[in-house]
Amino acid sequence: MAKYLLLKHYRGAPAAVNDVPMDQWTPEEVSAHVQYMNDFAARLEETGEFVDGQALAPEGTFVRYDGEGRPPVTDGPFAETKDLIAGWMVIDVDDYDRAIELAGELSAAPGAGGRPIHEWLEVRPFLTAGPTITE
Amino acid sequence: MIPMEEALLRNLTPAVLAILVRRGADFAAAEDAVQDALVEAVRVWPGEPPRDPKGWLVTVAWRRFLDATRSETARRRREELVDEEPGPGPVPGRDDTLWLYFLCAHPDLSPSSAVALTLRAVGGLTTRQIARAYMVPEATVAQRISRAKRTVSGERLDRPGDVATVLHVLYLVFNEGYSGDVDLAAEAIRLTRHLAAVIDHPEVAGLLALMLLHHARRAARTTPEGILVPLAEQDRGRWDTGLITEGVRILQGALARDRLGPYQAQAAIAALHADARTTEETDWAQIVEWYDELVTLTDNPVIPLNRAVAVGEADGPHAGLAALSEVDQRLPRHTAVAAHLYERAGDLATAARLYAEAAHEASNLAEREHLTRRAARLNTDRKP
Repeated sequence: MAKYLLLKHYRGAPAAVNDVPMDQWTPEEVSAHVQYMNDFAARLEETGEFVDGQALAPEGTFVRYDGEGRPPVTDGPFAETKDLIAGWMVIDVDDYDRAIELAGELSAAPGAGGRPIHEWLEVRPFLTAGPTITE
Repeated sequence: MIPMEEALLRNLTPAVLAILVRRGADFAAAEDAVQDALVEAVRVWPGEPPRDPKGWLVTVAWRRFLDATRSETARRRREELVDEEPGPGPVPGRDDTLWLYFLCAHPDLSPSSAVALTLRAVGGLTTRQIARAYMVPEATVAQRISRAKRTVSGERLDRPGDVATVLHVLYLVFNEGYSGDVDLAAEAIRLTRHLAAVIDHPEVAGLLALMLLHHARRAARTTPEGILVPLAEQDRGRWDTGLITEGVRILQGALARDRLGPYQAQAAIAALHADARTTEETDWAQIVEWYDELVTLTDNPVIPLNRAVAVGEADGPHAGLAALSEVDQRLPRHTAVAAHLYERAGDLATAARLYAEAAHEASNLAEREHLTRRAARLNTDRKP
C-alpha cells in the first residue's frame, strides 16, 4: 500500500517515440486519446487503486513574499522554464512494480496515427508517515 | 454516537456477521447487511438504546439481508434458502468469528484488499472511516472491498487457514499508526486481542505483546510538534508501564510454550528495551542473540540491518560497521544505520555526509526531517 504520483510533462521529459504535437493529430485521434485516458482512470477506480487525477493549464505564475506589509511579488509566465507539468494521476497500489506497470499502460495512450505515444511519465513515491515498529 | 456505543457496535460486528452467515446468508450480502445495520444503530440507538444490542443488530441485519435478497428476483435459489430459514430467534453465545479473520486475510487477496476487508467486516469500521485513515477516496475503498468479497466468494468457511496471513494483515494495520480520525494502531490491538481470545496460538500472543510494547512508547515517540524522537533519546518515564506489564506477561506466556516465531522474537527485543532505564543499561548482547534467532525465523531483509545496530551497541561501532558490511546496501535505511555507526565511532565528517545522503533516500517525512537535523547538527558542531 503505497501512493505514487504519475507525472506528465508538457516539457522537460525526454522526447516521446511518437512525438507529434497534439494539434497535428486528426480530431478522431484526439478523441481516441481522451477516451483512453478516461478509460484508464475508470479502470483504476474499478480496481480500487485510484486516488486523484488532475490536468493543469500550461501557463503559471511565480509568486514570492516581498516583506512585511507588502503584496506578494508576481512574475512570469516564464517561457524558458525547462520543466512544465501537464497533469498528474495519484495511485495507491500494493508495490512499486505495480506503479511501474500502470505508468507503462498510461504511456501507451494513442497519439498520431492511432499509435501509442510512448511518452515518458515520471513516477514519484509519496513520502509516508513512517512505520510504528522500527527495530 | 458516544464513543462507548461505537466501541460496543464495533465489538459486536464480527459476531453478528458470523450469525448471519451461519443462518445461510452468503458472506458478501451478509457483510453489506451488517454495515446497513450499523448505520441504522448509529441513527437509532442514541434515542432508544436497545436492551439486547447484539440481538437488535442481528434482527435488523437479517431483515436488511432478506429485503436485499428478495429484491433480487433473479437470485431465486438464495431466496428459497432464505424462506426455509427460521426467523431471528435467540442469539447463540458461541463466538465463531475466527473464520472471519481467516476469510478476510485470504492469501488470494492483495494486502490492501485484505486490510480493507478486515477493517470493515471484522473491525466494523465504515468505508468512509477506512478511506480517511488511508487517505484515499471512499469509492476506491468501496471498490477494494467489493472486489475482495468477489475474490473470496465461494470459499469454504469451516476450516481455519494459515494464521500467519491473518497476523500479517493485523501487523500492517498496526504499522500504519495514526492518521486521519481512526487510530489504526489501537484498532489493530483491539482486533489482535479479540483474535487471541478465540485462538490459542503463541504467535498471536507474540504479535499482541509486540504491539502492546511498542504502543507503550507512543507518547514518547514524537514531540508535541510531531518531531520523531529516536529510541535512545526518548523520555522513558513517559512509556506506559501498564501496557509494558501486560505485554511482558503475554510474551512470557507465549515463550513458555516453546514454539518460537518471528513475532515472539520481535516482542522479546521490545521487552528488553522496555526493561532498561537508558540505552546504556540495555542488555544489547541479549538483543543481538534475539536478532540471531530472528535471522533463522524470517527472511525479512530488514532484520540483518537492525541486527547491525544492536551489534554496534553491544560490541562497539566498529563491530557494528563490520556487521553492516555484510548487509545488502540497497536496503532502505542502510545509509542511515551507517551514519549512526560512524557518528558513534567518532568519524563525524563521514557521519554528517551519510546522514544527508540518508535523508535524501528516506521514504517517510518524519525520518527525513530527523536525519536532516542530525546532519545539520554535526555540520554546525564541526564549524570552528
